[in-house]
Amino acid sequence: MKNIEKSFNTVKVLNGIQFSLKHGTVHALMGENGAGKSTMMKILAGIYKSDGGEIFIDGEKVSIESPTDSQNLGVAMIHQELSAIPQMTVAENIFLGREPGSRFFMDYSEMYDRTEELLKSLHVNIDPRAKVGTLKVADQQLIEIAKAISFNAKIIIMDEPTSAIADKEVDNLFKIIENLKKQGKGIIYISHKMDEIFRIADEITVLRDGTYINSWQAKDINNDILIKNMVGRELKDVFPKVKVPIGEVLLEVKNFSLKNKFKDINFEVRKGEIVGFAGLVGAGRTEVMNSIFGLVPPDTGEIYMEGRHIEIHTPQDAIDNGIAYVTEDRKNEGLFLQMGVGQNITLASMKTLSKGLGILLQEEKRIIEEQIKALRIKVHSPRQLVGSLSGGNQQKVVLAKWMMKNPKLMILDEPTRGIDVGAKSEIYRLMCEYVAKGNSIIMISSEMPEVMGMSDRIIVLSNGLHGGELGREEFEQERIMSYAVSNI
Amino acid sequence: MEKTEKIEKTEKIEKTEKVERKINLKGFTSQYGTLCGLVGIVIIIAILKPKFLSVDNILNLLRQASINGLLAIGMTFVVLTGGIDLSVGSIVGASGMFAALVARTETGLPWYLAVLVGLGVGLLLGTLNGVIISYLKVPAFIATLGTLSIARGITYMASDARPVPGLSEGFLKIGGGSVGPIPTPVIILAVVLGICFLLLYRCRYGRYVFATGGNQMSARVSGVKVKQIICSVYMISGLLAGLAGVILTSRVTSGLAQSGQNYETDAIAAAVIGGNSLAGGRGRLWGTIVGFLIIGVMNNGLDMMAVSSYWQLVIKGSIIIIAVLLDSLNETKS
Repeated sequence: MKNIEKSFNTVKVLNGIQFSLKHGTVHALMGENGAGKSTMMKILAGIYKSDGGEIFIDGEKVSIESPTDSQNLGVAMIHQELSAIPQMTVAENIFLGREPGSRFFMDYSEMYDRTEELLKSLHVNIDPRAKVGTLKVADQQLIEIAKAISFNAKIIIMDEPTSAIADKEVDNLFKIIENLKKQGKGIIYISHKMDEIFRIADEITVLRDGTYINSWQAKDINNDILIKNMVGRELKDVFPKVKVPIGEVLLEVKNFSLKNKFKDINFEVRKGEIVGFAGLVGAGRTEVMNSIFGLVPPDTGEIYMEGRHIEIHTPQDAIDNGIAYVTEDRKNEGLFLQMGVGQNITLASMKTLSKGLGILLQEEKRIIEEQIKALRIKVHSPRQLVGSLSGGNQQKVVLAKWMMKNPKLMILDEPTRGIDVGAKSEIYRLMCEYVAKGNSIIMISSEMPEVMGMSDRIIVLSNGLHGGELGREEFEQERIMSYAVSNI
Repeated sequence: MEKTEKIEKTEKIEKTEKVERKINLKGFTSQYGTLCGLVGIVIIIAILKPKFLSVDNILNLLRQASINGLLAIGMTFVVLTGGIDLSVGSIVGASGMFAALVARTETGLPWYLAVLVGLGVGLLLGTLNGVIISYLKVPAFIATLGTLSIARGITYMASDARPVPGLSEGFLKIGGGSVGPIPTPVIILAVVLGICFLLLYRCRYGRYVFATGGNQMSARVSGVKVKQIICSVYMISGLLAGLAGVILTSRVTSGLAQSGQNYETDAIAAAVIGGNSLAGGRGRLWGTIVGFLIIGVMNNGLDMMAVSSYWQLVIKGSIIIIAVLLDSLNETKS
């Protein structure tokens, strides 16, 4: 790929990107969230059209206008979010849209035979007749890979394939990737996990803010250089962490357990503290927070606020006790995309903004404007629909919604996911201002630099159990990782 | 580096301004499209039948439309949360019948007791819907399909499938009377509309209704008691259907077991023509007003022009589809 360009509206998200992939190699594509990795891969997969640049496959210039074009050229993308249909069997999924058989009737036995053969060639032991929904996430991913191979793909794009699977399954996946390499396939591998990259990649390319930084042979480069190139600046510039005096205990969680989710979770949060929650995806971090907030009450466990035992059965109870929750999935669990920015901001505060049954519209308007200004949300009118804002501004709307209630504790689940670097550091600034007032934050984050840069203390969960705890002076990526896998 | 950033920013702002202007234009066509449709239909009918615009006819039209108007308002609340209420026609029948049984002259009971019984039956059936849907988690379509049948069955049992005539004078004034020149049902409708406007746009309750329909999970996380809200919209719909039942019974001067049959279609049509999305979260009450007026005008005007009732059905159905088609075309364009 040469000089690839892409703009959304007038914002250039890719500018002069180049990338080359050789047969039988794994080329890792790295960069922070918002660096343009996924956009670039979506261009190759035909989901987006590039605005400029050229793509060559096996030396031939090609034009990719649609996902079908891309498929015909031998490109297959395995998405971060799995796209299989859970109610259908493995074989049905793999052959969806091109079922073997005559014009009207499917030849099921041929379909199952071919699937079995295919899975065998990958050394995968999965029943072709199993419903995909009943399989483990890791196996579902293998199905996607099998599907890609069944298309005779020459180029396989894997977007964060290990974000949801355990270590043992990662080993298995890597074996399969080695296999594919031997068959001469080229693999583009997107991941944030450094150790994986160095284990599997032959070449590494780094993107930052939509521009091409550099490419290396994996053996010629180390961790530090890579991070420096990805971030483009020293860590302390990105995280404006301010020293805040730590006060008394605000929240105490005791013996929290929920069947199949987490067990015996105990921790406390002090005033002025940002407590980071680290761990692998699926470690139970979000589930613990859902329970604290009353979305899914725990089987056992107690919560104390400022030393007082409190009962939380519904989100309303949590809000009344001064807890706010910014969920991971802001589009589905935080925002009302069809409603205006203003109404989104005040929705959780309607009680204080009403007198009797009626809403104090003037007061509401004033407060909305105040919040938009305080959080520097970029909107041209408070009535602008939230759905039309960028990810960073949407996240600020969610933060504004909670901050205007002055909660004592904010739980932030992946607060900067999918947000560009500039908006990220503004959100970090808001977090610091907020704890400086004597409030506290619990932050779940899967981004190591973020959780290490912003937290006063890190609690690591591992497979639903308390895996370990680190004070700021003890922060070390390796230790966090080793705690994270301690119970797997 | 900083400079280019700035340039990009100003470009961005210009762009968003342009987008906003486009949205406004689009907003105009989608907001006032149905209103233009209404005006167009009125003009066409008035040209063909000038008598259509006489004060008498318009008052008569409004009197006829008020029943569907009440149902459509209730339906709007339901649709805003992403639900549907198929049972309103049957609730009209049941509440009208029970009101009639109380309002018979031979019972000697006051007219307002009959009204209260009618409203009570409506509220009760609406609450039944609400509880089944929100707390027992039966899909709205199924739950209200069930109550549609249940309520109709009860109505036949209560009346032995026979008409209940001989209603008291006071009761008959509700549907047939006038205050000055204006028919009582129209005044009732106006009052209900006023209350509902306040409820939807000036009270936090209304905000919660929109929020629940827009994104249930977000609403829940924001502390909205989603189940209560969902339950409440069916109660409102039931209550208004009860009111419509009372008015209808009074207007036709006797309780009829089959009254209100199929009324849900016109109510849903009015809400949908008015631009309320069946997926919830998006809609407006004044759109519903335009919606039920279009249906009222069509019913009245086509009758006047002596169009066969079979053709009326075809025309009405086409209008519903066209209205929603235009709406979805608007959506995809954005």
